[in-house]
Amino acid sequence: MHPSASVIVFTVASGAGYGLLAALALLAAFGLIVPNAGLGLVGFGLALALITAGLLSSTLHLGHPERAWRAFSQWRSSWLSREAVAAVATYVPAILLAAVFVLFDAPGWLIAVLGLLAAAGAVATIICTAMIYRSLKPISAWHNRLTVPGYLLLGAATGLALAHAILAAFGSPASAVAGAGAIAALAAAFIQKRAYWRLIDETSAASTPETATGLGAIGRVRLFEPPHTGRNYLMREMGFSVARKHAEALRRIVLVAGFVGPAWAVALGIGLSSQGSAGGMTVVLGTAAAAAALVGALVERWLFFAEARHTTMLYYGAERA
Amino acid sequence: MTCLPSSPSGKRLGLVIDLDTCVGCHACAVACKEWNAGGHSAPLTDTDPYGADPTGVWFNRIHSFEAGDGPAGRTVHFPKSCLHCDEPACVTVCPTGASYKRAEDGIVLVNPDTCIGCKLCSWACPYGAREYDEDEGVMKKCTLCVDRIENQNIPEIDRVPACVSTCPSHARHYGDLGDPASAVSQLVAARGGFDLMPELGYRPVNKYLPPRPREAPAPAPVARVEEGGLPGFLGWVDRVLSR
Repeated sequence: MHPSASVIVFTVASGAGYGLLAALALLAAFGLIVPNAGLGLVGFGLALALITAGLLSSTLHLGHPERAWRAFSQWRSSWLSREAVAAVATYVPAILLAAVFVLFDAPGWLIAVLGLLAAAGAVATIICTAMIYRSLKPISAWHNRLTVPGYLLLGAATGLALAHAILAAFGSPASAVAGAGAIAALAAAFIQKRAYWRLIDETSAASTPETATGLGAIGRVRLFEPPHTGRNYLMREMGFSVARKHAEALRRIVLVAGFVGPAWAVALGIGLSSQGSAGGMTVVLGTAAAAAALVGALVERWLFFAEARHTTMLYYGAERA
Repeated sequence: MTCLPSSPSGKRLGLVIDLDTCVGCHACAVACKEWNAGGHSAPLTDTDPYGADPTGVWFNRIHSFEAGDGPAGRTVHFPKSCLHCDEPACVTVCPTGASYKRAEDGIVLVNPDTCIGCKLCSWACPYGAREYDEDEGVMKKCTLCVDRIENQNIPEIDRVPACVSTCPSHARHYGDLGDPASAVSQLVAARGGFDLMPELGYRPVNKYLPPRPREAPAPAPVARVEEGGLPGFLGWVDRVLSR
């Protein structure tokens, strides 16, 4: 599938934004961070900015962005519509939580309720995003049990890495909790992505040129003549493929730069701060870890599209889907 | 609404395509383009039509495949358009309600006034039946020529999809596949019509008829040599010239 920049930026930015929102909201709900105007503005501000930038980016690939409001209507059947509804619904507790965090000395129960609602909304929205892909039967690399966990873990890993960096910058003791969570999520994402890549390498789609044409009873089926000499929308959208050796190099970049490096940097930062060193190094390491995790997530998401094969290409000469 | 009709009428309009008689002339694709460039989903935009890299929206494309090897191998021309599935995921994934399946006859259509051009429906179609119009920013697809089959202003004989009316080898048939007594249903039953990619469960309405088994080729003629040469005048000529 063609890796469209607007969709890659959207899913990575909104995933990190929802991850950060959920991390801060849960820390607030359990009283591990207390209302603080600076932390509220920077932390919730960055989460909402990432989410909003992602949602705006997603409208860039629409043919008619001015009609995007219609996408809220079909939540009964469409995961894309459910995602739109969940995304907008999550703004309500998220903005209220950010407001009480910045403006008022709110009672604990109110922060707990808003925090749990915001975190639940964030998780629900990421699940809806992942289900858009998970539900597409023609793309076997997406239509499997590992797609949704992949989106959740990437969102958690990038969001917790961001939360760790921000909390460290504000000198919050909760930064170690967020950091430990980031290390756990990065480790889980490492294992999960390797399992995902093994799955898509080792399983092939049920659909073949023989089932696509129904001519398997005669023998092996291959394209003799394409319908036309030029390219068409379907070939541009679904005919993208990435060379095997490039995919393997990019996978290594994801694993090392996106997961191992950031986990190591966060661990080092926590270790330094626990030994009473200056907090500055923890902030630098944490920020670098979050930046590397985001770059790794962008590469991972590019691969998620580039490596996915669509059954339509069986009609255009592909030997497998 | 992108939920599928809760009480479909039982009528399932669609096509039956005969892979035995299709000669791969592309006349159906051209007739489709010609009619639909001015029809329900008009225009069918072409980009750079006279340039080096022409591309455009077509509802019907003719692929040609080789199946099998050696004497059993066949070359099969394979027209492909929307199959108007009973379980069209292209409809249910639509976030706006622009894609819909008509309860009265099962035809799958797009409302170009509410489509946001997100392209998700084209990803959900395993058959590549939907094509995005870059110029108009909306998705387009085969309409089963709704503007012909219901058109009271054209002669009744022409109230079939353009591809069906133009096919010179009579490889395309149109009718109600929900009615077991219809001509198309009986054709499917008689010829063993099949679904494309049945494993995905989209339950396409359109059916394909397999190439008929080829008759075993007659044995090559063996040259007969007359014992003692040809009789009569020709034999005399042969003997004279053979000296």
